[in-house]
Amino acid sequence: MQRSEALTEADRLMTICNSCRYCEGLCAVFPAMEMRRAFSSGDLNYLANLCHSCGACYVDCQFSPPHEFDVRVPAVLARVRHESYADYAWPRALAPMFKRNGLAIALTAVLSIAVFILGFVAFNDPAALLESRHGPGSFYALMPHNMMALVFGAAFLWAMIAFIKGISAFWTDIGEPQGTLTQPRSFLRAVRDAGSLRYLDGGGVGCYNEDEKPDDNRRFYHHLTFYGFLLCFASTSVATLYHYVLHREAPYPLWDLPVVLGTLGGLGIVIGPLGLYAAKRKREPAMMDDGSRGMDVAFLAMLVLTGVTGLGLLMFRETRAMGPLLALHLGAVFALFITMPYGKFVHGLYRFLALVRYARERHTAAV
Amino acid sequence: MTTDGDIADHPEPYDVVVVGGGNAALCAAIAARRAGASVIVLEAASKFYRGGNTRHTRNMRCAHDAATATLSGPYTEDEFWDDLLRVTEGQTNEQLARMMIRQSKEMLDWIVEQGVRFQPSLGGTLSLGRTNSFFLGGGRAMLNALYLTAERLGVDVRYEAEVVGLEIDDDRFRAAIVREADGRTRIRGKALVAAAGGFESNIEKLVEGWGEIARNFLIRGTPNNRGTVLDLLLGAGVDSIGDPTQCHAVAIDARAPKYDGGIITRLDCVVFGIVVNKHAKRFYDEGEDVWPKRYAIWGRLVAAQPDQIAYIIFDAKSANLFMPSLYPAIQADSIAALAGKLDLDPEALSATVAEFNAAVRDGSFNPDILDDCHTENLTPPKSHWARRIETGPYSAYPVRPGITFTYLGVRVDHEARMMMKAGGPAENMYAAGEIMAGNVLGRGYAAGIGMTIGSVFGRIAGQGAARHAAQ
Repeated sequence: MQRSEALTEADRLMTICNSCRYCEGLCAVFPAMEMRRAFSSGDLNYLANLCHSCGACYVDCQFSPPHEFDVRVPAVLARVRHESYADYAWPRALAPMFKRNGLAIALTAVLSIAVFILGFVAFNDPAALLESRHGPGSFYALMPHNMMALVFGAAFLWAMIAFIKGISAFWTDIGEPQGTLTQPRSFLRAVRDAGSLRYLDGGGVGCYNEDEKPDDNRRFYHHLTFYGFLLCFASTSVATLYHYVLHREAPYPLWDLPVVLGTLGGLGIVIGPLGLYAAKRKREPAMMDDGSRGMDVAFLAMLVLTGVTGLGLLMFRETRAMGPLLALHLGAVFALFITMPYGKFVHGLYRFLALVRYARERHTAAV
Repeated sequence: MTTDGDIADHPEPYDVVVVGGGNAALCAAIAARRAGASVIVLEAASKFYRGGNTRHTRNMRCAHDAATATLSGPYTEDEFWDDLLRVTEGQTNEQLARMMIRQSKEMLDWIVEQGVRFQPSLGGTLSLGRTNSFFLGGGRAMLNALYLTAERLGVDVRYEAEVVGLEIDDDRFRAAIVREADGRTRIRGKALVAAAGGFESNIEKLVEGWGEIARNFLIRGTPNNRGTVLDLLLGAGVDSIGDPTQCHAVAIDARAPKYDGGIITRLDCVVFGIVVNKHAKRFYDEGEDVWPKRYAIWGRLVAAQPDQIAYIIFDAKSANLFMPSLYPAIQADSIAALAGKLDLDPEALSATVAEFNAAVRDGSFNPDILDDCHTENLTPPKSHWARRIETGPYSAYPVRPGITFTYLGVRVDHEARMMMKAGGPAENMYAAGEIMAGNVLGRGYAAGIGMTIGSVFGRIAGQGAARHAAQ
């Protein structure tokens, strides 16, 4: 297969790095690299997805620019990663979503929100949209619960199928046997490494962002984002159980579990992405892949939009703004779901899988 | 003394002026600043290239009485001394060397206190896990940590500030003349620490020692080690030490850039093949001893060959036995075709390989020990790891001498104070690092010892300079 420019450059860099190895203590990428002498495209995609972009290898490298060897591992691996997302995308027809991802995601979001607003207007008396309501079931006056469950269930299912297809494509590409995924040892190691962002720590002192001072706090903001996202997901799951098992209808009181989880999670997915965005703006350009910027920012913006509209809905749910806010929030969540397989979200999947493989490789090498 | 009118005077004198920006310079600057002195570091290179050859280092050799989190076992002072005596063949100052070794023990903690981090030795490190402490992230990471600490403590650092003159009265330093983009400045100081490296990147000076062949040498590290400061000091009456015609050289990939190719141009495959010169003739026993004990002689060996070029030739059996390097091997399906690609005489190379193959006596090949695979009735012999070169594809690496560092330096005493030719120590001039390494390392090399010399003498020099300035 014809190699992309990014893969060719990554191959050149890994050959340089494999001859040097000074960075082998910094993260997982370099020990994984040392297990190889030559690098297939699958190997490079594996290493690229293993990279957390902490920047330590860039500031520690004696060959980074302006040196003529021009070693820019974080930037080049970011580009390979980005390209790999498109390669693994399902269905193939949607792979171009990654090309101008910022635009694609923005359009999807606007469209999705517009459809919800128009839907609310079309299926209800237009005046009802701006009516203030109280108590259980008030949301469902605008959109019946079953309808909501059907629409979002379908979006969720779509995303799940796309994820599984992507996972399978990645796993085949890097050439790892299926059995590794069911090894509890490797899997749990990867859960710990991903959950703690073990390799987003600059080799122990924090990541590098603007310069050679390890003062980056992306790990903190990423934790806010990731665990915020999980809390939001937990909130929705609990609410679904409430609805079908306990037959209790939303909105729930402020002290109730779905609201508490959702509020904390919402704060997480607002503050976290804003922190990550601020870090990105200050980041040394030579460490970044320009082509990934739109994708990165689009995903952060989607999370913030979801969080802000959710928190807004909570605050104003008993006012006349509830209707428009609900449409806005549902539109944002729907867009987030259906674009997840075609945006930055997938980095989590592939990185986790790369960590599973790395755990297996480490274990194999040790015994 | 310089009387040039266009030199601006820096308003305030510093207690300590440090010339150079590598490990030795930074250890001196930090130590002096911690002792209360005002300090300026004058680094000729840009911020990216700061630190001279420290950028290309990876570890330091320090004595320690017990294993640590990053060292696999004890390395006593006596064992360190024995190793130093062996590699220098006695060309060392025992008093200075033993003092350095004793103080190297504290360096392990001291250097960590300055923000440098160590890691256990992992891959490709010539089995140094017990004796040498590896910098997490390598030499540039170490430098970054030292610079951050120095700046945090309030050391002034100037980049692209080349010292082009020293004002010295008899044995007393007065000021350094610094050339920067916007002109020249006189910076006065109560004490000087010279830590500006050797002269290995000054080709003209190498030619003085080695003759015209030096023009074919590659320089493994910084292009800034031109020996300017060393020349100024020797010209001002400081006593010298070390052989001006000697330098540490290894055989590196001939395709490497002239300067700063660093570690990735080294080749560890000599012991697995044969090495021929441009006439396709072998010239030395490739399997004389294990590679860590022999790599340092091959620069000199290749330098003695016509046009200072040689070719390592091996076959497919050996292709994966050594650390990868930057440039791919040149390959061909036959020895004659390989010779064609190398611009060697195909018949001559085929004859050399055939003669070698005929002399190989089978044994049990083991790359990790001095095995019994050797040649018989061959000159020069190959004493170990001799296997017939008979399995295609055949590979070759062209190699040239790559200079690591030079031995000529300034003589110092146990306080790292420079010694004057006229006798006695200088009043307020100290030296550390490669510029005085010849005091303890008169010849040869042991991995990581350059950094030990830099750190230990850097700290001594910085403390001494600060003490002097406070008087």
